[in-house]
Amino acid sequence: MPKTYEQINERIRAGEAVVVTAEEMIDTVEENGVEAAAEQVDVVTTGTFAPMCSSGAFINFGHANPRIKVQKAWLNDVNAYAGLAAVDLYIGATEVPEHDPLNREHPGEFRYGGGHVIEDLVAGRDVRLRAVAYGTDCYPRRELDTWIRLDDLNEAFLCNPRNAYQNYNVAVNAHADRPIYTYMGVLKPELGNANYCSAGQLSPLLNDPLYRTIGIGTRIFLGGAQGYVFWQGTQHNPTVDRTEGGVPRGGAGTLSVVGDLKQMSQRWIRGVSLYGYGVSLSVGLGIPIPVLNEEIARFTAVRDEDIVAPIVDYSRGYPYSESGPLGHVSYAQLKTGEIEIDGRAVPTASLSSYPRAQEIAQTLKEWIQAGQFLLSRPAELLPSAESGLTFKSLRERPVEEEVAARG
Amino acid sequence: MAKARVVFHYPRALIDAPIASRVARDFDLEFNILRANITPDSQGLLVLELSGDPQALSDALEWAGEQGVAVQPLERDVVRDDDLCTQCGACVTICPTAALSRDPRTQEVGFDPEECVACELCVPACPPHAMTVAF
Repeated sequence: MPKTYEQINERIRAGEAVVVTAEEMIDTVEENGVEAAAEQVDVVTTGTFAPMCSSGAFINFGHANPRIKVQKAWLNDVNAYAGLAAVDLYIGATEVPEHDPLNREHPGEFRYGGGHVIEDLVAGRDVRLRAVAYGTDCYPRRELDTWIRLDDLNEAFLCNPRNAYQNYNVAVNAHADRPIYTYMGVLKPELGNANYCSAGQLSPLLNDPLYRTIGIGTRIFLGGAQGYVFWQGTQHNPTVDRTEGGVPRGGAGTLSVVGDLKQMSQRWIRGVSLYGYGVSLSVGLGIPIPVLNEEIARFTAVRDEDIVAPIVDYSRGYPYSESGPLGHVSYAQLKTGEIEIDGRAVPTASLSSYPRAQEIAQTLKEWIQAGQFLLSRPAELLPSAESGLTFKSLRERPVEEEVAARG
Repeated sequence: MAKARVVFHYPRALIDAPIASRVARDFDLEFNILRANITPDSQGLLVLELSGDPQALSDALEWAGEQGVAVQPLERDVVRDDDLCTQCGACVTICPTAALSRDPRTQEVGFDPEECVACELCVPACPPHAMTVAF
């Protein structure tokens, strides 16, 4: 019999809810069947911890005296976007410091950037804020140089436009005769390694492949605190090829998420450096999935064997959109440490931490069992496979010709 | 009499070349292979302890460098800060000796200092800066 969000929350409040992780759900369905599992289990918890580039934080640091309307600002020398209001800033995870050597000596090390600023704030460390302004009658001040820390800020919330990618590429270097330095890590020549980045069977959107429960307003684990999904993520692409079980065969859905930085912990918000590429932020994210019916029970029992990812060449195929995937491989194969491409054994590495994904799913399970975390019914579901929504590439239009045509 | 512990990193093209034996023979050095890792598919790595006449030793290392071998003196340790490591595993295919490896069952990333030759390739490749050089 189908369940409702209200019934499940009643059981959570009463301390009676049956909560399992997405790993445990595999065994439950295997042992008892989908029908019984749908009856028994109320909530399945998921988790993922990986570099998630499209991340950042809004902060409001309070008005200075005399007042300043910040025009340009830097946090530990990392540029923060100030084109909002007087003392609101957005610090993006991949922003690099003003005087970073970047890739001038390739590969650059990218030791510090926006993701590290966010981690420093979460850790409670002092961060140097420098700002300049042009001065107005109501905001006369033109310069600011001060230490700030998280506790002293009015608001600080993580606001990530694209996280929790539903499946992703397996990156290889098929054509360059040197190592290449990518956002998927260092890729050695002649298919020297294959790097992937997904928690597979524990990953949130791979357990709700058609977005039956995850939508706007879904309460989630974000950075060690409670956060929310607030929109589909950028590049959300639900209309991709799927397996018979409904699981996308490559990158598909994404989430925009938000949460209070002041409640988060450094264990789950970590600045990271990607050699020769840049900086990013590793984000811990987990989503509880209510087992409303048998379909959802079946979805949440998805196994690494059932999820495949495309093998993509990052020397030519990805940067120049030259060719399609070199094949598909399952997460079960990837996790053995070796896959086969063109008859060749290729060692694998992951940028997504599976042990940390397990820890998130387990933590979320404990929160729910303790009655500290209730499920929220989304205000709207995300566009799904039938929406017709696709992810477009840029169609460049030559500017000079158009200007001429307009007269 | 001088002694040096060095790591030879061979590019793929040199894997069949008798570099180590020529270093020993042509320069009259004693050599002890501490570790070797050469497979046809990948780059080669040889950890050697060399001893002999100081001038011959330095000439031998220069000669090996001219042949295209990257010669790395082995005098520092690489250490892992377990508090900083996030257990992602980005390092495991960078490490030439499998000192960094992932357990296929648990997906946990282990570091075995005994296997480490301090080539330092993992240091800039570790996203959360968990691998550092200790002098």
